[in-house]
Amino acid sequence: MSLQATTWQTVGPFFSIGLTRLYRDNLAAPGVSGERVEVSGRILDGDGKPVPDGIIEIWQANAHGKYAHPEDVQDKPLEPGFTGYGRVPADDDGRFRFTTIKPGRVPGPDNKPQAPHLAISVFTRGLLRRLVTRLYFPDDPSNADDFALSLVEPSRRATLIAKKVEGRPGALEWNVILQGPNETVFFDA
Amino acid sequence: MSIAGYRRFYPGTQPNHLHPSYVSSLKRAPSKALVYLPHTLSEVTGPVLGAEFTDVKACDLTRQHSGAPLGERIIVSGRVLDENSRPLRNTLVEIWQANAAGRYLHKNDQHDAPLDPNFTGCGHALTDSEGRYRFVTVRPGEYPWGNHYNAWRPAHIHFSVFGPAFATRLVTQMYFPGDPLIPFDPIFNCTADEKARNRLISLFDWENTMPVHALGYRFDIVLSGREATPFENYSHGAGK
Repeated sequence: MSLQATTWQTVGPFFSIGLTRLYRDNLAAPGVSGERVEVSGRILDGDGKPVPDGIIEIWQANAHGKYAHPEDVQDKPLEPGFTGYGRVPADDDGRFRFTTIKPGRVPGPDNKPQAPHLAISVFTRGLLRRLVTRLYFPDDPSNADDFALSLVEPSRRATLIAKKVEGRPGALEWNVILQGPNETVFFDA
Repeated sequence: MSIAGYRRFYPGTQPNHLHPSYVSSLKRAPSKALVYLPHTLSEVTGPVLGAEFTDVKACDLTRQHSGAPLGERIIVSGRVLDENSRPLRNTLVEIWQANAAGRYLHKNDQHDAPLDPNFTGCGHALTDSEGRYRFVTVRPGEYPWGNHYNAWRPAHIHFSVFGPAFATRLVTQMYFPGDPLIPFDPIFNCTADEKARNRLISLFDWENTMPVHALGYRFDIVLSGREATPFENYSHGAGK
């Protein structure tokens, strides 16, 4: 190894100047196939206070379980217009929202399919480097044998699984708790 | 499909999430250990944000308004490489910064320094076939912040880079050589390894300095490299 990866630094409080241009809160244009979901949640700090100067990025496969990326060589269809990328800021109440489709299953270790999930990056003032987490879907039977969920102690797995919002089909609630007893599971990824 | 993951960070070369002298980290750093996640297809792929997401004019931050911004015009350029020294082509680099007076165009920046109607402070570019990028901008001003008594941030430019995969994402800050505030800055100092943090300081760059026009600064960016693929291991074993 001849070089070392550059050191991270915080996004600071003023990232919206540079990052707003690529804000994308709707990943699923009309015509993109799949079950539509609307995810909403809040970024909360160790005191349970909202984090207004935060931003999350989303990376996901399409409904067939294929990523729009040259290294995904699976024999599955791409969806025109679906990049799988989203970026949404938190508002003054720490709340973020985005609309997307539930991805299909993608292969994990030993080619065993993973449960449907979104790969999530969290950036805020105060975070010296990003936090990586995953969002899984409620009531999906494949969660039970997902390899990444199985790496997490059982009492903390619920932090990675979104909750249905009563009375609103397709609406999911998923919070990012940065610190404390109910802290979201973050990965070294 | 067998997956070669990306290398993990070399110990000490990246900040811990909790760095008490950076006060904002106290309530935002996770308290529990991160869970090690072997890389899967989800981590070795990532958003492909090519030319259709890029405005070629966005690399010149001094020409986004009717007049020229105040301050010292500079050229910031460099290459985006991986740890194996391979150039990373067509990768998106986003930057944002304060104006020459040390003021951000942001509602939460209350610093008593003037805004510049001719400066927004954001730009982006795709790297070329050799991983190069180049921005024209003005040297950002230093500014005070509330972290501790008489706290001042050194002049810096924020960089956001994607690279080829979810695993290679990087957000960092570039500093200027000789800035007397650098040794006192808790954000700059958040990384234990001195050589690693000093690589955040750009180099004065004669080669890209333009006569009678602008000084050049060079800032190369390195993203995580790939582990050897199972196929490559097999090739070595086969004596190819």
